[in-house]
Amino acid sequence: MRNQFNSALQNESIDRSSKQKKFCRFKKSGIKYIDYKDPNFLKQFINDQGKILPRRITGTSLKYQRKVTQAIKRARHLAILPYTTDSQ
Amino acid sequence: MNKNYETVFIINPVLSEKQVEDTVKKYKKQLDGKKVKFVCNESLGFKELAYPINKKNSGFYHLFQYESDDINIVKELEIELKRDRSILRYMTVSLCKDGVEFNARRASGEFNKKKTKK
Repeated sequence: MRNQFNSALQNESIDRSSKQKKFCRFKKSGIKYIDYKDPNFLKQFINDQGKILPRRITGTSLKYQRKVTQAIKRARHLAILPYTTDSQ
Repeated sequence: MNKNYETVFIINPVLSEKQVEDTVKKYKKQLDGKKVKFVCNESLGFKELAYPINKKNSGFYHLFQYESDDINIVKELEIELKRDRSILRYMTVSLCKDGVEFNARRASGEFNKKKTKK
């Protein structure tokens, strides 16, 4: 009885070898400048509410995450991207 | 040292094509009068806005790229844009080295312009 209880509390080990490691797409493909005038590209970095996706999801390196953020904010100012999208 | 600047502004959609051209010419003239080297003067086309500005849902986007060593030129241009009622929004950024390179490639048509123009 006691043994069973303990096994339920124990975490199952996760097989991390099958998971693909995240990578920074800018470093990989050598993109240096992120254009704020291109909504289709920037849409990959926002969710359907219009929020900027965190680095832990997109895998972008810190250097380029800052640039992505800057570009998205510029695009929002020029009404190329929305600040918020209301689900109506 | 010369710096690269890039100004994007949105023109009121109510204006006719002729009026839009005239507005663009007016600002180009203003820059031409000073020591400004134009790199690019391009219309980005008529686009839907992501959110309404001044109760308008669309606008004509226009792009200026120029080189200058005097920040006051940019300031004067922005004052004019601010006063103009037919301009919905404007923004000027100074470009870094990579941005200049990117724009040179863009101007030479390395990227498919028609795709991004949507």
